Amino acid sequence: MSGVEFKPPVSSWLEEAADPNHVVVNIGPSHPATHGTIQIIAEIDGESVKRADIHCGYLHRGFEKEAEHHTYHNVIPYTDRLNYCSALNNNFAYADAVEQLLGIELTPRCIVLRTLLSEYNRIADHVTCVAASVMEMGGMTAFLYLMTVRDYIFEHLNHLTGARLTYSYVRIGGLARDLPDGWLERLEEVLVFTEEYVARIHGMLDRNRIFIGRTRNVAKMTPEHALNWGYTGPILRSTGLAMDLRKDSPYLAYPELDFEVPVGIKGDNYDRYYVRMCEIDESISMVRQCVQMLKPGPVSVKDPRVMLPEKQLVYNQIESLIHHFKLVMDGIQVPAGEIYVSHEAPNGELGFYLISDGSGRPYKLHVRSPSFSHMGGMHTLLEGYQVSDIVPTFGSMNMIGGECDR
Amino acid sequence: MMNETLTTALAPLVDRSWDSFGMPVLELQVAQLMPVVQRLRTEFGFTLFLDVTTVDYPARQPRFDVVYHFMSAQHRSRVRLKLQVSEEAPVVPTLTGIFGSARYMEREVHDMYGIRFDGNADLRPILLYEGFVGHPLRKDYPMEQEQPIVPYRK
Repeated sequence: MSGVEFKPPVSSWLEEAADPNHVVVNIGPSHPATHGTIQIIAEIDGESVKRADIHCGYLHRGFEKEAEHHTYHNVIPYTDRLNYCSALNNNFAYADAVEQLLGIELTPRCIVLRTLLSEYNRIADHVTCVAASVMEMGGMTAFLYLMTVRDYIFEHLNHLTGARLTYSYVRIGGLARDLPDGWLERLEEVLVFTEEYVARIHGMLDRNRIFIGRTRNVAKMTPEHALNWGYTGPILRSTGLAMDLRKDSPYLAYPELDFEVPVGIKGDNYDRYYVRMCEIDESISMVRQCVQMLKPGPVSVKDPRVMLPEKQLVYNQIESLIHHFKLVMDGIQVPAGEIYVSHEAPNGELGFYLISDGSGRPYKLHVRSPSFSHMGGMHTLLEGYQVSDIVPTFGSMNMIGGECDR
Repeated sequence: MMNETLTTALAPLVDRSWDSFGMPVLELQVAQLMPVVQRLRTEFGFTLFLDVTTVDYPARQPRFDVVYHFMSAQHRSRVRLKLQVSEEAPVVPTLTGIFGSARYMEREVHDMYGIRFDGNADLRPILLYEGFVGHPLRKDYPMEQEQPIVPYRK
């Protein structure tokens, strides 16, 4: 079409600033290795990357704007879609922020169950990350093994929540429902299966010549570099700094759990893989400890400010009918105030900055998403390495489009 | 303990300070941002710049609150800074010279609220696109607002 002005969504300074002897290549946003959508514009000299410019935002859905127009309960399905590989962790972090503003004390069973499910979902997230990054390097066996594990976990969570990925399982003040019959027995089976398959992955990759060649000493960083660029979670820990919110500012049942914080040495792609694999082991152990701690009891608080009355009463009592109606239409009335709550999500620090003006809808709900910060510094890990290192490095970041672009 | 030392040490530089669910909050003037951030970093080890965002109060003068969150890797504690900026001159100094992570986050705030970060050379849209009209997270941007059609891209 002639006469139409060329207009990319966001222009890159590399198009003009690149050395004329170098080549500017574009990767993404629609590329099999850019799980989700991200665009990497790289200036290359032969095979080495000189400069890189990373564009995100292709999956922006206006999460924060939507949250301001929905009641507190209606925001829960939106939080699912942030990091859709570990939606329960997002659910719980958001609910924690609202509950702290309301001053709600959770029931002991709910605390243990939330911890258990957070760790269970963390296994699924790490498994997905390792599977995808190994697959991009050509390791189909490891990918299929880990995807089997992931699907067992998702089917098992489906039994509990009714969805494979977007669970919406949390309620302000508790959980949607208690565990179904036989869930814990199946949980142990899935954990044993996961252990067996994780051991196979260790056997296949840990000392694999090709895998080491592509990951060792690639995209290295120091703890200072990682902090400066806002890295948190497994990526920060892979540099050797044992920073983990579950230890540093424990929430839920983490103070009572016995676990280690695995760290790496060099902060390269191999360490990021290895830290995630070790965290899977820790999470399996934590899930088992939670099963031991689980006592019978209610999963939700009996607080009329947040809980819907029983259906039987709604049909038979006008007060309960009004109560039900007010909670659904006006939403939970959260006292005015502001709070920043952060949980250790599988990718790093997931923070919710919530401001309430005392009405039924958040005045402001900001998400501090780990993936977004990680993308901000990723160019420093690409520059100076080979073109073929872009994909393994990007894979080891575990960028999740839904969380990065919100 | 750490929180009290911090608020006492920085008291001359800040207007107001209080505690929000265990996190110290310091409210300060725009001109004091750089000295406070420098001291937080060098004296108290706040080496991780977590987050910056803005809160819009359309009825208030000045209209915006720019909110920063920092974490100390040394003490594992957090702090929140708040600046008030007006709609007429929504300018704050950039932190890109101190923290690399400020680069992306400031771009996002510029996108969403139109706050300019003085000294940040790269304020291209990040979650939005070139040609987007307005600042969607401002309270006066309607939910159902439609954007002009961007010319065909080839």
